[in-house]
Amino acid sequence: MSIVVDAISKSYKSLKALNNISFDVKEGELFGLIGPDGAGKTTLFRVLTTLLFADEGKGTVAGLDLVKDYKIIRESVGYMPGKFSLYQDLTVEENLKFFATIFGTTIEENYELIEDIYVQIEPFKNRRAGKLSGGMKQKLALCCALIHKPTVLFLDEPTTGVDPVSRKEFWEMIKRLQQKGITILVSTPYMDEAALCDRIALIQDGIILQIDTPEAIIKHYPKSIYNVSADNMYQLIQSLKAFEHSHSVYPFGEFVHYTDKRTAFNPDHLKRYLAKKLLSNITVEITEPTIEDAFMELAK
Amino acid sequence: MKQFRGFVIKEFYHIFRDKRSLFILFGMPVAQILLFGFAITNEINNVDIAVLDHSKDATTEEIINSISASEYFSIDQFIEREADIETVFKQGKVKAVLNIEKDFSQKLIKEGKAYVQIITDATDPNTANTIFNYVTAILQKYQSTQNKSTEFPYQIVAQTRMVYNPELKGVFMFVPGVMTIILMLVSAMMTSISITREKELGTMEILLVSPLKPFQVIVGKVVPYIFLSVINAIVIVVLSIFIFKMPVEGSLFLLGLESILFIVTALALGILISSIAQTQQTAMMISLMGLMLPVILLSGFIFPISSMPVILQIISNIVPAKWFIIIIKGIMLKGVGLWFIWKETLILLGMTVFFIGLSVKKYKIRLE
Amino acid sequence: MEDNKVIEVKGLTKMFGDFTAVSAITFDVKKGEIFGFLGANGAGKTTAMKMLIGISKPTAGEAKVAGFDVASQAEDIKKNIGYMSQKFALYDDLTVRENITFFGGIYGLTRARIKEKTSELVQELGLQDLTDKLVGSLPLGWKQKISFSVSLLHEPKIVFLDEPTGGVDPITRRQFWEMIYKSASKGTTIFVTTHYMDEAEYCDRVSIMVNGKIEALDTPKKMKEQYKAETMNDVFLKLARG
Repeated sequence: MSIVVDAISKSYKSLKALNNISFDVKEGELFGLIGPDGAGKTTLFRVLTTLLFADEGKGTVAGLDLVKDYKIIRESVGYMPGKFSLYQDLTVEENLKFFATIFGTTIEENYELIEDIYVQIEPFKNRRAGKLSGGMKQKLALCCALIHKPTVLFLDEPTTGVDPVSRKEFWEMIKRLQQKGITILVSTPYMDEAALCDRIALIQDGIILQIDTPEAIIKHYPKSIYNVSADNMYQLIQSLKAFEHSHSVYPFGEFVHYTDKRTAFNPDHLKRYLAKKLLSNITVEITEPTIEDAFMELAK
Repeated sequence: MKQFRGFVIKEFYHIFRDKRSLFILFGMPVAQILLFGFAITNEINNVDIAVLDHSKDATTEEIINSISASEYFSIDQFIEREADIETVFKQGKVKAVLNIEKDFSQKLIKEGKAYVQIITDATDPNTANTIFNYVTAILQKYQSTQNKSTEFPYQIVAQTRMVYNPELKGVFMFVPGVMTIILMLVSAMMTSISITREKELGTMEILLVSPLKPFQVIVGKVVPYIFLSVINAIVIVVLSIFIFKMPVEGSLFLLGLESILFIVTALALGILISSIAQTQQTAMMISLMGLMLPVILLSGFIFPISSMPVILQIISNIVPAKWFIIIIKGIMLKGVGLWFIWKETLILLGMTVFFIGLSVKKYKIRLE
Repeated sequence: MEDNKVIEVKGLTKMFGDFTAVSAITFDVKKGEIFGFLGANGAGKTTAMKMLIGISKPTAGEAKVAGFDVASQAEDIKKNIGYMSQKFALYDDLTVRENITFFGGIYGLTRARIKEKTSELVQELGLQDLTDKLVGSLPLGWKQKISFSVSLLHEPKIVFLDEPTGGVDPITRRQFWEMIYKSASKGTTIFVTTHYMDEAEYCDRVSIMVNGKIEALDTPKKMKEQYKAETMNDVFLKLARG
């Protein structure tokens, strides 16, 4: 096991940020911590990188104890905190050189690890980090976290606030890193990114809702989901919520994901009900659940 | 060691690329010295006075001449009646009136004593005081030239000259104080801001999760500021010597060593502040309120400690600046060596060790 | 001006020195529409929005918001629109009630009206237990919902939402969008910028800005058809990558 989290809890004054969290991450796994702001993701990352003490529980990273062996952990993991902490007034190259130096290595030594990422920002190597776009900062921060060839990589919300193209590219990069044998723990609020991980833990308000592979989580979704659409979204939502058998009504783009309280029901019945509510262009079709559906069902 | 060097290099990059901190580091000291030196002066020049001479004899004429001959005074008008005194003050131009009594020469010869009344406009008490003293000095000088004997009066004049010498310029009083403020500002405030900036930007997290040891971070932050403070101190002393012709009576080497000691004290205070403050703004506020204000008010820089209420006098003992000013004044103006200021040096050393110990203890290796 | 159009933009341009942040954009927004204004960071959407809400003067072109010209009648615009941004919503160190009172005052509501509106808001959002709590102590989701309601206190014709739903959980996000739907159904026009592409799907029409220009403007459905994409995210990727 590369990372072991054993019944960890952490409170800030009266707020319990982490509530009895347990899970583990296998070597070489790409593990996603999925949850919104305030779920406890950053707090958990800080405990695992030894920046915070847990109030209860224990954990290990690469076999090293979080409390006793914190010094060694700090020397060997790669950490990319939220909002990619870089030195704004140092250039791309200066930033990389700095991190290489304090980890006792050089840019050249482990270059092949960061090569395909660095070539994308190399044309800007003399530009101050503060003047880079979000996507480029992200790539630079990743390089800086990798420069000392860590065996475990902690990425805290690396795609937050970054444009969709960069987000996609970033996930392609970490998938490639995974192939080089690095264990990666990523946190993200984006549910669609969850599907790219080997296993995920859904977390909200300091509690883990479920841990499994994305496919398994979808498979275990307890109900059938129907895509319902009509001409007036607002009316549709209100009508569905008013329907006596409705279990959950959630807008999903141009459709509404509807689940029924009953185990089996006839979609036509629903269509007739909606038509009576003066809606038109009604469609009701079964659809695959997404991670987001699972999250909302578990968080209820 | 290589890691430490890499860290210090980064710190220098930060300092030289931040226009604001460069201005505080170099612009401010020069500006302060020049401002204090030229603008704030205890001297007077060409002050307008009026003369009410009731005697109008040869002696009074000589006295009036010796006063008008000096560069400090300029006789604006002669008034004839006592009633005019108030009028002439109200006009605003005249700052003092010399009221010479009737039969001045006769009284001087017959009774051995005659009176000159010096009435000053005390809406500005400092100037009024200065005027009074200068006039008195001129009168006594005149007296001494009349009195050829080496009696008591002559000696009094000599004493007056030593203690209050019009030649002693105001800037000499201010240079030690300004130097103290600048060193405190640069070392304490800039260091505390530098450390809290890392916290605020989030880069402190990465520094902690790295092989860099906490003390390397502290020392690395501090080294550039020692360097820059020393340069500042040198610039201040050089400016004082060459532009203001200030004498440095004592050993420059000793001055240098004591300055480095004080710089280290200030740096330790800066580190201490950074361990309490979470943001740069807080660090700056604490530095200004908690350090700068006591330095200005309680160190003896502007207000003499001996004239303060007892409770403040006691409190001033814990202000490191107080001891440093005594040391600098001693070296620069009186030319004393270590054997005169060993007590103050030891106190400063003790404070430094205490602050360093405290900041090391409080330095957080975790985020809470 | 057609009675139906609440925002009319013609050739609106903003330049900073040599750099063209917004390049001659043209579009309209109808009354009661939920209009999504998308684009990557740096594409120019914030600059464009600043011109529409009257806090930045256009370099060229013209725009009318709620019937007022953005260049010459900026103050009138400000009185007739609502605004909410993620970066600044409410004062953390004031209570919910104090925030409503404060913003009500700024929008020119009478005290009686503020009282009315406060109880309306409290009722609607279920804030009965929270009215005297400091906003800073509330979870982000609540802040956003209250903030949105506050921007509607003076019943403006148009509400501008600047990246309103960062980071909240999926359920709260949907509750927020339901509030937007409700508002739109009552005739308020909603102009929203977001970089959550899935939220783009909630809008009636969407425009995508790339490098200062509007590269696409249509309903989400038609855009997906046109670009042969399954989601708005894919539409965006195809547009951005060229």
